[in-house]
Amino acid sequence: MGIKKEDTGKNTVDRYVLSKRMDRMFLELSNVYAFVMRFFKEAFLPPYEFREIIKQCYEVGVKSLPLISLTGFIIGIVFTNQSRPSLTEFGAASWLPSLISIAIVRALAPLVTAIIAAGRVSSNIGAELGSMKVTEQIDAMEVSATNPFKFLVVTRVLATTLMIPTLMMYTIFVALMGAYVNVNQNEQTSFITYFIQVFDAISFLDIFSSVIKSFVFGFTVGIVGCYKGYHSNKGTEGVGKAANSAVVTAMFLIFIEELLALQIITALR
Amino acid sequence: MQKEKRPIDLNNKVITIRGLKKSFDELDILRGVDLDLHQSENLVVLGRSGTGKSVLIKIISGLLKPDEGYVNVLGQEVAKISGRELDRLRMKIGFSFQNSALYDSMTVRENLEFPLVRNVRNMTRGQTDKLVENVLDAVGLLRAINQMPSELSGGQRKRIGIARTLILKPEIMLYDEPTAGLDPITSMDINNLINEVQERFNTSSIIITHDLTCARATGDRIVMLLEGQFQYQGTFEEIFRNDDPRVKAFYNYNFTD
Repeated sequence: MGIKKEDTGKNTVDRYVLSKRMDRMFLELSNVYAFVMRFFKEAFLPPYEFREIIKQCYEVGVKSLPLISLTGFIIGIVFTNQSRPSLTEFGAASWLPSLISIAIVRALAPLVTAIIAAGRVSSNIGAELGSMKVTEQIDAMEVSATNPFKFLVVTRVLATTLMIPTLMMYTIFVALMGAYVNVNQNEQTSFITYFIQVFDAISFLDIFSSVIKSFVFGFTVGIVGCYKGYHSNKGTEGVGKAANSAVVTAMFLIFIEELLALQIITALR
Repeated sequence: MQKEKRPIDLNNKVITIRGLKKSFDELDILRGVDLDLHQSENLVVLGRSGTGKSVLIKIISGLLKPDEGYVNVLGQEVAKISGRELDRLRMKIGFSFQNSALYDSMTVRENLEFPLVRNVRNMTRGQTDKLVENVLDAVGLLRAINQMPSELSGGQRKRIGIARTLILKPEIMLYDEPTAGLDPITSMDINNLINEVQERFNTSSIIITHDLTCARATGDRIVMLLEGQFQYQGTFEEIFRNDDPRVKAFYNYNFTD
């Protein structure tokens, strides 16, 4: 489907199948579909850029650690503090570790990790690839007989898909530690008692579903950043737009995916 | 400075283009271009900005697909070969980009190694290092080997860009506006480098430019792209002896400003 132009004799007039906006939306969707299919095709074909994948894993994983650590720890403290009054009112303050572990493992850790990654990694990938596109670095790779899609897109998407579940597990740990600090100070609960309650409250399905969700979030963060950057144009203005659009789109998709995952997991439970 | 005459083998064509057409949306950029590039020849394509000069070399290197026409490079029709064959062909073509297109996240050494490690198998670390150093030496920038592209001047970036293309020992060089944005002295250095590359590596080159000093200093033959077609060709003097006002205007703008 394409946007057709009609020659009226004096001027050319745009002709659309549905409307300008709808036609563009369907064109964009078809481009996204082709991009995702190309990723799956290229990811399984040699050569495998292992060195670049490791480098990108470092960029996504290790460099996100300070932000994830701080955010996770604070979320643990704040969430515990805010939940305490309601539970105390019903005389259920001893249930605090269970409540915290369920909330963190099932929802907060995967979502917070993905949102942080969307803000930090997706925008970074969008800007980096966008800048490479407008400065012809992607063309330079292509003319030097290197597949830029494999080198730039496949490696980054694999890195985010692998690292975001790992970061999510780390977020769980840090947030639970933050919550422990707060619980220990207020209820004088010991470390062992606290963690026995934490692990009693969660099941295998909770961890498994969060890991699977994080793989999907990681793939989303990577593919959106790469798609926006790889298709950016209009010079430096396009680079800024690619970075911004990568964050907004990735966050939007993450929330939609969270909603869908919730429905599926609830049905399974 | 006029380029010295070199013997050109007119029977050995490395690029043949016939009836090449390319348009973007409703805009016809190339309207039936015919071109031959001979072995060891430096061919300059002159024309105003936006006339499709860069489009022409992007089609030759397979970055863009032609709408119509025949493009044969080193005996292979670019639009009809498979991706793998195109990659093999691209190893014989060096493309020097207008803005150098150096990879910002890599050092000069890594920029030069990049095409090498991906396309040449069974090279030892020592052989790779030696080749990188030799090519950098050829462009006079061995001292910049561990620098980042952001630390280099415009002229140095151009030289490194050319060095990166030379690392695979190409048979054909495509230069996109090699002197754009450079001061006259640095431009002359780049012109000399283009001629050195031709002599030392025995390359055939297409040089896209609107800089007449560059055209005169590097071109064995010059073709002029006007309104999507090559209107005139010959030596620098033959082209500008012409009475066509469009050619005169081009000459006057370059040499009377």
